[in-house]
Amino acid sequence: MAIKTYLQAISDGLREEMRRDQRVFLIGEDIGVYGGAFKVTQGFQQEFGEDRVIDSPLSETAITGACTGAALMGMRPVCEMQFSDFVSCAFDQLVTVAAKQHYRVGTPVPIVVRLPSGGGFSGGPFHSQNPEGFFAHCPGLKIACPATPADAKGLILSAIRDPNPVLYFEHKHLYRRIKGEVPDGDTAVEFGKARVHQEGSDLSIITYGAMVYTAEEAAKAAAEQDGTSVEIIDLRTITPWDREAVLASVAKTSKVIVLHEDTHTSGFGAEIAATIAEEAFETLDAPVMRITAPDTPVPFSPPLEKAYLPQPGDVLAGIERLAAY
Amino acid sequence: MSPARARWLRLRTVAPLCPRSRQYDLVLTLPGSLRDSVLAVQDITEIPIDHLMLEASLCVRGKTGSETGGTLPQRMAVAREATPVESAEDVKQADLDSEDLLQIYRNMLITRGIEERGHILYRQGKIPGSFYTGRGNEGASVGVATAMQAMDVGTPIQRDMGVHVTRGTEPWRIFAQYMGRSDGLAAGKDGNVHMADIRLGLIAMVSHLPALMPVAVGAALAFQIRREPRVAVAWSGDGAMARGDAHEAMNLAGVRKLPVVFIVDNNQYAYSTPNRLEFACEHLADRAAAYGFEGVVVDGCDVLTVYREAHAAIEKARAGGGPTLLELVTLRMEGHAVHDDAFYVPREMLEHWKEKDPIERHRRWLKESGVLGEAVDDEITVEVKKLLNEAMKRAEESPLPDAADLDTGVYADPEELDTPHHR
Repeated sequence: MAIKTYLQAISDGLREEMRRDQRVFLIGEDIGVYGGAFKVTQGFQQEFGEDRVIDSPLSETAITGACTGAALMGMRPVCEMQFSDFVSCAFDQLVTVAAKQHYRVGTPVPIVVRLPSGGGFSGGPFHSQNPEGFFAHCPGLKIACPATPADAKGLILSAIRDPNPVLYFEHKHLYRRIKGEVPDGDTAVEFGKARVHQEGSDLSIITYGAMVYTAEEAAKAAAEQDGTSVEIIDLRTITPWDREAVLASVAKTSKVIVLHEDTHTSGFGAEIAATIAEEAFETLDAPVMRITAPDTPVPFSPPLEKAYLPQPGDVLAGIERLAAY
Repeated sequence: MSPARARWLRLRTVAPLCPRSRQYDLVLTLPGSLRDSVLAVQDITEIPIDHLMLEASLCVRGKTGSETGGTLPQRMAVAREATPVESAEDVKQADLDSEDLLQIYRNMLITRGIEERGHILYRQGKIPGSFYTGRGNEGASVGVATAMQAMDVGTPIQRDMGVHVTRGTEPWRIFAQYMGRSDGLAAGKDGNVHMADIRLGLIAMVSHLPALMPVAVGAALAFQIRREPRVAVAWSGDGAMARGDAHEAMNLAGVRKLPVVFIVDNNQYAYSTPNRLEFACEHLADRAAAYGFEGVVVDGCDVLTVYREAHAAIEKARAGGGPTLLELVTLRMEGHAVHDDAFYVPREMLEHWKEKDPIERHRRWLKESGVLGEAVDDEITVEVKKLLNEAMKRAEESPLPDAADLDTGVYADPEELDTPHHR
């Protein structure tokens, strides 16, 4: 067991899997010589060579399509979108080609697309988005959104071994800010199994990715304020997502906030809220509340971006409202 | 409005690619405003300058001199134009023996036979959705597939039934596919030509052409990483070459010198849109130069030339020589799909290309070369007919899928990776 940053954990997971499995290779923009825009793959080209750590042209469509082709030929490709925002340029290859291939003709497409996502850096409208909602709507894709270093490593291992196309969202704001214990060795984390980030009895917050920490801060403030006990469920993966864990928590607390950094309308939170309404209506003591980014592009200037991203204060206000309901 | 006056002009332009339909192609190379007012063309003469120019007299309706006079801008052709295979010696050099030549003939007949029978099934209401054929493309598809080795892979598109046939897909499963039956290659989950048998090295197309070009490039990347002497063949149509996938795929392949051959089935129409509204270069194969590899324009109705050029390109790729772009020029002899009567394709153009029919041409060549006698021809024809009639019967016996299978197979299970292709 060692303390690692979220970024080191991703890097370790990739490196260990590349050492274990010769079929794994990486392709993306500036991931080789430069080590990636965020240095996740620093030193990889020296260790694994130019054939397995490929600096590609600026071509998200070709990168993603080539991963599918190589996967069909028995490789285990992992590509990087330099920023998750650029995955829009690969939408067709993911949604039209990779996601539907197995359903149509029975051929698995084991690829991983790494997507550095999220805001908080004045990255503006094209370097800050959380586009998981687009892809959660597409049958055939799997989606991971780790929050902790242990899950960052465990989920990248599972993603590479999964026989399906996996979108692995790694939140940029967590890269170097979050440190945590990462168990040594082969510690794959199963998809579709949520994690109880903290136990509580008055109210549940269902979330994933960087918002786990926003929820944690708000929950801490609520506890200090008036002893409100908040349970935080970290989904870890949103396709598949752990309905049982969510419904169990709601049954226990009877009040629920669904929290994510993606925008509001048709965000993944809507799916969670609808499921709770369908499956757990009778256990609820208050309406399901969603706290999300508003329906706008991600703005650039700090005061605008701060107003855009759900803040601990917004979540605390939500907790107070629900607690008083 | 005064009545339009007609007058004769003498114009000069670059020779169209295929001199056979010169008159029609010449009109097509004119600017839009002029083209629409051409009433007749006469006295076409060839002027050998750098490369061939044509001069022709056009009868034009009511235009001013400034719009019609002068020489049209000359467009530069970059790609090599393949010379036709003619003599038996040429064929020998292309590494084909009599058995191969007859197999090519047989595969073209099966290909056309499948699509003709598909038409019948469609009219009988047995094929749901739409129905697409590749009439006129049999030489192009069979020629390329014959040049591939068993270990190679490809991503054929909707005019390339000949690739599936040549690689060994059983016709009865193709009919079952057409009819949405359980034994179709997509088991009813997808229809028409959206099919492929990965065990035969084929990857199933999607409608968003040419989305499989980058996928073929990825297969070639896998071969390069593993140092395997295998080649991927990527197909596109003339219309799909306008999409970004084509550019990104060819650029990546050129940069990494991947073992991939790009085939463009240029049948001159993307649905109703002619070549002149899809691209402004002389030939699509000219683009190869911009990606650092060779482009070749090939008469797609000549199966032996297609074979020779595909064979050379595939073996070059296998030997580490990088990609080639082959543009196989044909005419789509039927509509985009069964609902489309292709009224927008000039009748004379269809008549002209009918004369070039790839199957008739190969049959004639086989007979003139003494490879195919009347008796053997009859034997093959009967054998193909029997094969296809039995295949249709067997396909009709295949059950329709069970509605309970609707949500199976959205995700793959881990044990499915234990296939030879995924190990």
